[in-house]
Amino acid sequence: MSTTGTIYAPIASREPPRAAQGAVAWVRRNLFDGWANSLATLVTVAVLLWLVPPLFGWSVLNAVARPDNAACRALQETGACWGVIAEKGRLILFGRYPFEEQWRPLLACAALIALLIASCLRPFWKPWLAALWVVVLALCFMLMRGGVAGLTLVETSRWGGFPLTLALSVVSLVVAFPLAILVALGRNSNLPAIRAVCVLYVELIRGVPLISVLFMASFMFPLFMPQGTSIDVLVRVLVGMTLFAAAYLAEVVRGGLQALPKGQVEAAQSLGLTYWQTQRKIVLPQALRLVVPAIVNSFISTFKDTSLVTIVSLYDLTGALQLALGDADWRKFFLEGQLFVAAVYFVFCFALSRYSRWVEAYLNTGMRRQ
Amino acid sequence: MSAPPSKSSSFNWRSKAFRGVLYQVVVLALLVLAAAYLLHNTLDNMRVRGIKSGFDFITQPAGFAIGESVVPFDSAESYGKAFLVGLSNTFRVAILGILFATVLGTLVGVGRLSRNFLVRTLSGAYVDLVRNVPLLLQLFIWYFVLTEKLPPIEEALHPLPGLFFSKNGLQFPHPVWADGHLFTVAGFVVGLIGVWWWSRMSRVRFERTGKPTPFVLPAIGIVVLATLVGWLLGGAPAGLDSPEKTEINVVGGGAVTPEFLTVLIGLTVYTAAYIAEVVRAGIQSVPFGQHEASVSLGLGRGQELRLVQLPQALRVIIPPMTNQYLNLTKNSSLAVAVGYPDLVSISNTSLNQTGRAIECIALVMACYLTLSLLTSAGMNWYNRRSAIKER
Repeated sequence: MSTTGTIYAPIASREPPRAAQGAVAWVRRNLFDGWANSLATLVTVAVLLWLVPPLFGWSVLNAVARPDNAACRALQETGACWGVIAEKGRLILFGRYPFEEQWRPLLACAALIALLIASCLRPFWKPWLAALWVVVLALCFMLMRGGVAGLTLVETSRWGGFPLTLALSVVSLVVAFPLAILVALGRNSNLPAIRAVCVLYVELIRGVPLISVLFMASFMFPLFMPQGTSIDVLVRVLVGMTLFAAAYLAEVVRGGLQALPKGQVEAAQSLGLTYWQTQRKIVLPQALRLVVPAIVNSFISTFKDTSLVTIVSLYDLTGALQLALGDADWRKFFLEGQLFVAAVYFVFCFALSRYSRWVEAYLNTGMRRQ
Repeated sequence: MSAPPSKSSSFNWRSKAFRGVLYQVVVLALLVLAAAYLLHNTLDNMRVRGIKSGFDFITQPAGFAIGESVVPFDSAESYGKAFLVGLSNTFRVAILGILFATVLGTLVGVGRLSRNFLVRTLSGAYVDLVRNVPLLLQLFIWYFVLTEKLPPIEEALHPLPGLFFSKNGLQFPHPVWADGHLFTVAGFVVGLIGVWWWSRMSRVRFERTGKPTPFVLPAIGIVVLATLVGWLLGGAPAGLDSPEKTEINVVGGGAVTPEFLTVLIGLTVYTAAYIAEVVRAGIQSVPFGQHEASVSLGLGRGQELRLVQLPQALRVIIPPMTNQYLNLTKNSSLAVAVGYPDLVSISNTSLNQTGRAIECIALVMACYLTLSLLTSAGMNWYNRRSAIKER
């Protein structure tokens, strides 16, 4: 028996259905997939058509970019006056810091941001990073305050704007971090009195709004000091923010401690490690690694929370804005200034939150769900 | 065989138990010392500066007026009453904010999972935009827009009949209270009882016959019908107090100030973005296999949602959601920045007038603390109840 020809002749594969690829298919799949979906698309497009053209006209077409007050007033609210940022930008960003010395906060900010970026990178996650933070913070403080190395003295009451926001959030978090670790360990400890103190602290702070802690810092801390001593308002606010941040951070760290399998501690104990050796060499390195994304998120909320110091009369980014646009000429263009400040906050926080998401995937700590 | 080492270990200085006690004693002693030191300083300072202490100011006349309140307040009334008014203002904005934020947040959270590209993208952009700008700045922006960019009251916006929107806030029609409304309320209560009865009946029937009875639509129907009947029995009072526009003003109706609107809109928009994330995480936490399993059991779309998806999603959603409600309530303290007379704002005014810093701040903290401890106690109870029973 013989067969002729080939047994198996492949036929040319068919073209994919036209409706399954290309721009038209994408639109059908994503925008007009069923009547509910189509309706949603139409409603959304209608709302966008109603909102976007006036906003675009206000912010771009009719806007004045020059710091020209007369031109801005001539707009009669039909367009944005972005010139206010050119006019008042330095006052918003640096507050009341002396004009010709503003290179100092700029340099300090650059150093802090560089260190912040470095801290985000894996090769820098070493014990000496903490020491580096302390050193850089001390240097930045000296640079900002002056009074040494031929720099003129600038009192902390004149600090303001973005450097103050950054300094408040960074310092309170750096100081809060060791405190948070201690409190988290204390809350997991089996010594009842220590556990009770830690629980009390965390629940007390987390139960009240930050603003009341700040009021406490500005009204009550002066009473706590011995006769005749006064502490700087910046320091008082920093203490308040630190105590506040530490309570939240402690819960984050505790989450990491609880996520660690119990076998790790048991193994360490069976090797004869003491409590502190166990925590330092076994528990904390793993637990902290687990909560890096959550720590970044804490930093974002602390960064946003610093805006509240405005209420106790410190001129951070939000407060400096109120200060900068106080004069009658530019008062009308508050919104433009506010949008500028919002953009500064947004860029900073958005970058950090994207980093938090990336690091979560990188460390693969998040639960993968489909 | 040698005897085992004697168990009755005599007291050992190096034992773990002793060190534990020692650490605790040292920590407590340090805390007590620190507290005593601070208290000593405080008393010293107060004596030198002539600051009086004590809560006796609570009964003294406040001497300041409160811009808006749920209950009327007169400046001759006491500080205690003023604090209560502040607390009620906090609750008013918090409860409405929680309501609106839940609705908006749920919509946006579901929107983020939509198959519709536009809805998905816009929801995502909203969440990213709102969560990355401080709430205080958002409040300032809303306040500026509501008080500067809106037309003055004589040219008030008039989007719907009876609704006036201007620099002076929002004016809206509200029903005039008549005795007949008592019947409406009674009808509503009867409707709730009816729903409870319906749910029992349908469960009993389900257990006897195995046939499910529809629940959601009948329940809504019962409440609406009973309320309607109550309203009709009460003589159908339909008095409506609508704001009227005159040459230079808008009079009548209910009104809310721009301060209230600022805080309400700001808190709603801000918290909704967080609630959206909570809702999204909850929906995504239900594994796809659950959907497949319920389809294979022959459950319909509604039944699947009600009996399979929601109970599991809610278990994930409710604890962080409560947390967001608590956050919203605590964040309402930022109202002080735009001049809405909430608890913190009233306490601040009282503090400036009486100089009793410690007492005023302690009162505020106690209020918020009570609220959040009560909430977390409730949450623990819920968690215990809803936890998956294992082993």
